Amino acid sequence: MSGAFRIPGAGRLKQAKTARFSFDGQSYAGIEGDTLASALLANGVHLVGRSFKYHRPRGFLSAGAEEPNALVEIRRDAARKTPNVRATVQELYDGLAAQSQNRWPSLAFDVGAVNDIASPLFSAGFYYKTFMWPKAAWKNLYEPKIRAAAGLGVAPDQPDPDHYSARYAHCDVLVLGGGAAGIAAALAAAETGARVILADEQAEFGGSLRFESGAGIDGQDGFAWAQAAVASLKAMDNVRVLSRSTAFGYYAQNFVGLVERVSDHLQNPGRDLPRERLWQVRARRVVLATGAIERHMVFADNDRPGIMLASAARTFLNHYGVAVGRNVGVYTANDSAYAAAIDLKKAGVNVAAIVDLRDNPTGPVIDEARALGIEINFGRAVIRAGGKLRVSSMTVQPKNGGGERIIPVDAILMSAGWTPSVHLFSQSRGKVAFNDETKRFVPGAYAQDCVSVGACNGTDGLSATIDEAYAAGAKAAKDAGAKVAKGTKPKVDASESWSRGMLGAAPGAGPNTTVKAFVDFQNDVTAKDIRQAVHEGMRSIEHVKRFTTNGMATDQGKTSNMHGLVIAAETLGKPIPQVGLTTFRAPYTPVTFGSIVGHARGPLFDPTRKTAIHPWAEAQGAVFEDVGQWKRAWYFPKAGEDIHAAVDRECVTVRKTAGLFDASTLGKIEVVGPDAAKFMELLYTNPWEKLEPGRCRYGIMLREDGFIYDDGVVGRLAPDRFHVTTTTGGAPRVMNHMEDYLQTEFPHLNVWLTSTTEQWAVIAVQGPKSRDIIAPLVAGIDMSDEALPHMSVREGRICGVPTRLFRMSFSGERGFEVNVPADYGQAVWEALWAEGQKHGATAYGTEAMHVLRAEKGYIIVGQDTDGTVTPNDAGLDWAVGKRKTDFVGIRGMARPDLVAKGRKQLVGLKTKDPKVVLEEGAQVVADPKQAVPMTMIGHVTSSYWSENCGRSIALALVADGRDRMGETLYVPMPNGTIEVEVSGMVFFDEKGERLNG
Amino acid sequence: MLLIRCPYCEEERPELEFRNAGEAHIARSANITGESDDDFEKFFFIRSNPKGIIYERWRHMHGCARFFNAVRDTVTDKFIMTYKAGEPKPAKVPGVAK
Repeated sequence: MSGAFRIPGAGRLKQAKTARFSFDGQSYAGIEGDTLASALLANGVHLVGRSFKYHRPRGFLSAGAEEPNALVEIRRDAARKTPNVRATVQELYDGLAAQSQNRWPSLAFDVGAVNDIASPLFSAGFYYKTFMWPKAAWKNLYEPKIRAAAGLGVAPDQPDPDHYSARYAHCDVLVLGGGAAGIAAALAAAETGARVILADEQAEFGGSLRFESGAGIDGQDGFAWAQAAVASLKAMDNVRVLSRSTAFGYYAQNFVGLVERVSDHLQNPGRDLPRERLWQVRARRVVLATGAIERHMVFADNDRPGIMLASAARTFLNHYGVAVGRNVGVYTANDSAYAAAIDLKKAGVNVAAIVDLRDNPTGPVIDEARALGIEINFGRAVIRAGGKLRVSSMTVQPKNGGGERIIPVDAILMSAGWTPSVHLFSQSRGKVAFNDETKRFVPGAYAQDCVSVGACNGTDGLSATIDEAYAAGAKAAKDAGAKVAKGTKPKVDASESWSRGMLGAAPGAGPNTTVKAFVDFQNDVTAKDIRQAVHEGMRSIEHVKRFTTNGMATDQGKTSNMHGLVIAAETLGKPIPQVGLTTFRAPYTPVTFGSIVGHARGPLFDPTRKTAIHPWAEAQGAVFEDVGQWKRAWYFPKAGEDIHAAVDRECVTVRKTAGLFDASTLGKIEVVGPDAAKFMELLYTNPWEKLEPGRCRYGIMLREDGFIYDDGVVGRLAPDRFHVTTTTGGAPRVMNHMEDYLQTEFPHLNVWLTSTTEQWAVIAVQGPKSRDIIAPLVAGIDMSDEALPHMSVREGRICGVPTRLFRMSFSGERGFEVNVPADYGQAVWEALWAEGQKHGATAYGTEAMHVLRAEKGYIIVGQDTDGTVTPNDAGLDWAVGKRKTDFVGIRGMARPDLVAKGRKQLVGLKTKDPKVVLEEGAQVVADPKQAVPMTMIGHVTSSYWSENCGRSIALALVADGRDRMGETLYVPMPNGTIEVEVSGMVFFDEKGERLNG
Repeated sequence: MLLIRCPYCEEERPELEFRNAGEAHIARSANITGESDDDFEKFFFIRSNPKGIIYERWRHMHGCARFFNAVRDTVTDKFIMTYKAGEPKPAKVPGVAK
C-alpha cells in the first residue's frame, strides 16, 4: 500500500517496490521513484512547512526545483542533517527520515503563527523600522531574539562526515536542460562527432514531457521518446550525460559550475561514493534549454496547503500516479491549467469548477474540458481561499465585482502563465529583452558564446521548440569546429497548445486591499508589501527587492519575479521594461558548502610546510607555531616548564654556552650570472660590487616607494654568485619582486634567479661555544677568526656532506649558520646536537630567537616595520650606499614626507618598573593627563621579558624618537598608565664584543 | 574563471595559473633620481583605471613564470590580446574602434 491518493494505473512508477519513510516521526509508505513530495501527497499529506515570517501553514506549490514552501530537513544520522531540502526534489529511499522546519512545538500548532495575527508589525522593511527603540534593547533583546527566530532551517552542528569530489571537463557543446529542447540540441550536436555534455537537474530526463500527456515524438509518447533518445546519447563515446546535475552558475568564458547529486537518493550510499560531485565545465558553446516555470495566481490566501501550480498537479498525476485531491478547483488565466483539469477528470478525480479570468477564450482544451462535463466559469476570479491547514473552498466572483459564490474544494490548481527561465542566460551577462506582445522577458543581447532554445527562449509549442533546438545544436557543434553531419531531426506527432497568461495581482488583491495575496512564498512577500515599498519611496526594482526581500534567498524569484515586477510597475505607473528585471544571481538553486570545498578541508585545506629537522623537534616535545604555511618550533619545554621558564632557560643558555636553532624556513634565492652584482646593486640599498667573494653583508630591500620591503644576510660565493636570504614569510614575494624587475625593467642584465629555500636545511649554532661544537665536524674550512671572521661564508664539508658555512649572528653571540642539502638536514642536526650536548648547549625555538635578537636591537621586517618605515626610520641609514646613483626605492625614499621632521623612528623603551612587560601594539603618548582621545606619538612593536638583562625590553616606533633619548613617555593601558624611558635599541652587549667572544 | 593566453607558452590556460601585476607600459625612468616629485607621483601612484580597454601586466606564475602584457576590457573582463613584455603597446587592438 503506498497511499490512499495513489491512482491505480496512473503514472510511471512500478508499484512493486515499496519504500518506507517517516515525516515528523510518522511512518508512511511510498514507491521507489517517488519524490518525498509525491510520496507524502499519495498519503494525503499537504501540510509540510511553516512560512518564514508569518509561520503560515504551507504545502507544495510545485513539483520541482522552484519549490518555495516544502523545505524539510533530511536526517540520515546525528551528523548528516541537511536543512532546506526541497521535498519536491528529494528522491525517496527506504528509511528516509524527514522533519518539518520553522515550527514549534508542532507543524499543526505553531506558536510562531502569532506573527500572522501581528502581521502589521512585520510588513515590508519591518526590520528597518520596528526594532529601533530603545537603543539598548537592540543588543540585549531584539538582536538575539531575531537571530534565534530568523533563518530557514537549522544548520548541522557537527562536522560533515561525507566527502565530495570534483571534476574538470572540457567539451565542444554543453547542453543545460534535458527536456525536449535540450535532448534535440544534444542529438544534433552529438551526430557531428562533437564532444557533448548534456545535463539535467532531475533524476530522469524529459523536463515538461513528464507531465505533458499530449506530447508525441517519433511515434512514441513524449516522455518515452526522451528516455530512448537519452539512452542513444549515452551509448555514444563523444557524449557525457549527467543526470541529477544542476548547472548553478554561469561564469566567464563559458565556464559553468554544476553540482551532481551522487548519493543523496540512495538508501545506503557506501563510503566510497561521494555525496556530491562538483563539475567545472569549459565549453566552446553552450546551449541553454532551461525551460519555463509556471506562475501562480496572486489572490487572497493563495498559500493554503492544497493550492498548487497546475503543472505540479499534472506531474504528480501523470508521472507519480498521485491525485492531489478528490475534489479540485482550477483557477487560471491561460490554457495549460485546462490540461491539468482534463487529466485529473479522466483519472477519476472530481473537478469542481474551472475559474478562468479570461472573458471568452476558445480552443481545443476548452472544448475538451467542456465535453468532459467540467463546469467552466469565464471572466471570473477566485478572490479568496478558505481553510487553514488545508484549503477547503474557493470564493468565486465576477472579475469586476458582484455576487460571491463559495465552492468547496480540497485542492486548487492555478496557472497565471509561464515565465522563461533566463537565470543562467542572465548570469552569463546576457541582457534580457521584454517582448511586449507575450509580456515575457526573453534572451536579448548575448555576452558569451551561447544560445537559448525552447521555452527559456520564449519559443512556444513542441514542434517549434524541436526545430529551433535541433538547428541550434548542429550550429553550436559547427561553430565549435565539428564537421556538418546529416542527422535525423525528431518528428513531432502531437503537442499541447500554449497561450499567454497574466501578470501581477488578480482581482481581489489589487491596490487598496489588505489581503495576504502572496507573490513570494518563500520570503512571505505579499502584493501589498510590494506596493508599500513603492509608496515608501523605493523607485528602483532593485530597491523594492531588497526592501521587501522579494525574489531573494534560495528562491531567486523563480515564481515571484514577474508578479513582483508588474505590481511595482503598476504602482509606479511605468511600463514594465522601464522598471526592468533584477539581476539573477548564482547559484540557481542552493549549493552545499561541501561541494564547493571538495577535498580542500582539514589537513588538505592549505599545505603545511615542515623542515627537514621537524621530526627531531617533534620527538623532543617542541611546541610549534604557525609562520605562514610553516610549522616552526616555538620553544622546547622541559618537564614542568611553561613557555616563560623554557624561553628564559633557552636565552640564558645560548649566551652562556650555545644553542642550536632550526633556521631552515628562511627564504633563499640564488642570484647567478655575469651581471649578478649589478642586479644586487639595483635591488638592494647596499653596495655589492666591492663585496669580496667569501664575505657577507646585511641587505635591505625597498619597494619603489622607499619603504622597507625585506631584509636578510647575503653571502657572495663567487664574483657571479650570491646566496641571498630573505625573511621566512617574505620569500615568495621577494622572488616575485626580483623576477619582475629582472624581466621587465632590467632585462639587459644577464642574471638567473633560483629559489633554493627548500634545497637547504639551515642550522644556526649560536653562543660562545658555537665554534667548539661545529669545528670537529667540519672538513676543508679554516674555522679560525682570521680565516673565517664575522660575516663571511665558506664552502666545504660537514659530516662528510657539502655545506655553505656562514659565520653570522642573529643573537649577538659568536655564531654560525650551517647550510646543508635538505636531505642531510636532520642527520647533520643530530651530529651537531651530539657535539652540543658535550658543552651543555640547548635547542631553542622562535620565541627565544626573538628575545635574543631584540636584546641586540635587530629588527624583524613585518614586526618592527609595517610597510611605512624607511631605512632612516629604522636607524639603518648605514646600510644605504651613499654613493649609489640608482636602486629600487632611491627616489621614493627622497619624497618630501619621507624626509620631513616628525617621522616615527625605531627606538628602545625601558619601563620604569623593570618587571612590567609592555604589550606589543600598545600606544605611546607624551602626556598621560590629556583628554581622550589622546595624541598618540607611537606604538610598541616588540616587547619581551629578557632574563639576560634581568628586565623587560621593548622596541617602539616613536615620533622623533631619536631626539627623545632619556625622555619619559607613557603607555596608557586599561589597568593604568605605564611609565617608560626612551633608550637606544641595544639592550645587551652594546659594544658588540660577544660576536667574537 | 577566465582563460588567458600566455604569449610565451602560446597556450590558453586557466586564470588560476596567473597573477595580475598592475597596469602596463609604465616605464621606470633610467634617471629616476632626476625625476621631479610630480613625475614620480605620476609614475608610481597614478593609474588610469579605465572603463573599457586596459593595458595590464600579468605573470604566468604557475606556468612559465614570465611577465607579459594583456589588453582586457574591464566591462566584460574579456582578454582581447596578450603580448610579450617589452613589446610596444599595440597600435591596433582587434575589434576595438580607435
